[in-house]
Amino acid sequence: MAFMEFIPNLGRRTLRTVPNLGTASRFLLLSLFAVVNRHFSIQQLLKQVYGFGVRSLLLMMVAAFFTGMVLGFQGYYALVRFGATSALGTLVALSLLRELGPVLTALLFAGRAGSALTAEISSMKATEQLSAMEMMAVNPLAWVVAPRLWAGIIVVPILCVIFDLVGIFGGYLISVPVLGVDGGTFWAQMQSNVAFSGDILTGLFKALCFGLVVTWIAAWQGYAAQPTAEGVGNATTISVVTASLAVLGLDFILTAFLFT
Amino acid sequence: MAAEALVELENVHFARGPHTVLDGVGLRITQGAIVSIMGASGGGKTTLLNLMAGTLAPQAGRIRVAGQDLQALNFEDLYRLRRRMGMLFQHSALFTDFSAFENVAFPLRRHFRLDESVLRKLVLMKLEAVGLRGAAGLMPAELSGGMGRRVALARAMVMDPMLIFYDEPFTGLDPISVGIIATLIRRLNDALGATSILVSHDVQETFSIADYGYILAGGKIIAEGTPDALRTSDSELARQFLGGKPDGPVPFHYPAKDDYATALTGVWAAGEAI
Ligand SMILES: Nc1ncnc2c1ncn2[C@@H]1O[C@H](COP(=O)(O)OP(=O)(O)OP(=O)(O)O)[C@@H](O)[C@H]1O
Ligand SMILES: [Mg+2]
Repeated sequence: MAFMEFIPNLGRRTLRTVPNLGTASRFLLLSLFAVVNRHFSIQQLLKQVYGFGVRSLLLMMVAAFFTGMVLGFQGYYALVRFGATSALGTLVALSLLRELGPVLTALLFAGRAGSALTAEISSMKATEQLSAMEMMAVNPLAWVVAPRLWAGIIVVPILCVIFDLVGIFGGYLISVPVLGVDGGTFWAQMQSNVAFSGDILTGLFKALCFGLVVTWIAAWQGYAAQPTAEGVGNATTISVVTASLAVLGLDFILTAFLFT
Repeated sequence: MAAEALVELENVHFARGPHTVLDGVGLRITQGAIVSIMGASGGGKTTLLNLMAGTLAPQAGRIRVAGQDLQALNFEDLYRLRRRMGMLFQHSALFTDFSAFENVAFPLRRHFRLDESVLRKLVLMKLEAVGLRGAAGLMPAELSGGMGRRVALARAMVMDPMLIFYDEPFTGLDPISVGIIATLIRRLNDALGATSILVSHDVQETFSIADYGYILAGGKIIAEGTPDALRTSDSELARQFLGGKPDGPVPFHYPAKDDYATALTGVWAAGEAI
């Protein structure tokens, strides 16, 4: 019985999702290109960049520090069996730059700034602030959505760089002073084995894509929310869940394509 | 009415899903007039204002504002037309992260490059008109409901629009403010040479300033005329509405699938929607 309902349910869900995806994509394109609209303001963009940054910076640094330290311990555990602890610096750096940096930054960003963004836009909708803007002939996509979207695209790679740096420092603190790996080797190995375009740039490219996707989902969930208090709450939850899954899924796709 | 029509609706139909809100509405609003639209709660008055502002599109019928067919306008032209409209929203719709002053200044800042001193003057004049110059620095959260609506009123008129929509301007105001705001609406309308469309349940106050009125019921215009004509109208519907009688042709209840007794005592199939 349950199985018999599964197939039509799946069909119904798909039918509902596909047009939604269409409107969401249209929303994304219109908002991205709204930078040419006369109501797009650089000041608003900077304000959002600052807001996103301030909101997530400390969280990122703490998370990165712990992540790096754990990488130091776990990497040492694996490498010491092969007598290869000199490669610990490389391991910590590559894990962070290629994978953990962009992904964890994006997940934390979705939970912190993304959810706040959804809540902000959906309550603006619920209290008719977006309609009021339209009535004043100011396109809300240009004034509200575009600065936030671009701010997300700009901020996530920057946060990712900070995450990587703090993480590597955390890894160093565990590896060298605590576990006794030679400091010179730690840095030298890292330096000679990390490729600028292959490792650093691909990581930043991932972060950029994640920034776009997380902010897009957060803004769209807010924009399409039911204009009620309950709708605001629901949208916020859905935003975080969807954005996190999207980051992990997209990470797989990007890794498969960028893998060299 | 020989004067030119600023807003004209012909046979406008609008439905929300299966629920018909407007069922063939026709209106003709002349330049310079204050026109009131009255009708039961949930009757589609706000919807009607949104249609005239082009924020909603009708499923059928034609809406012309200032000689332009709203359905035929592209996005740019619609926005250009809206710069000459003002709307007071039913629930204020103030921007929560801006002070009262910045709320009123918002449309000016967005559309013109004004000297800060000129802008300040314009905004303070409008705030003074609604009696809230002293509250210019307060945030929306620090305003009472009625004060918020007055700030919203100042914002709606700051661009000196040719067409102003007022959605329930009197609700939540004390009797003194109601009188002042009513006079203000009239004065503003005449000073700007604007046209005002006023949705309100406050029959006395509305009729004291309106030139013409429409009564909306069951998705249709059931009566129209000058306030005096409406008061003495022999339409049963109009009298029921203006007299506030609960029973009569205008239903108080939103249509339900079954009658009340069955709804309370009947047996439902499991999972049936309410
Ligand atoms: N966003 C919406 N989604 C679905 N239905 C809606 C929406 N807005 C309004 N409606 C429906 O449209 C009908 C008309 O609503 P409208 O807000 O125009 O009424 P109104 O005359 O302004 O009422 P009130 O005097 O209470 O403000 C109502 O039956 C309402 O249920
Ligand atoms: Mg209403």
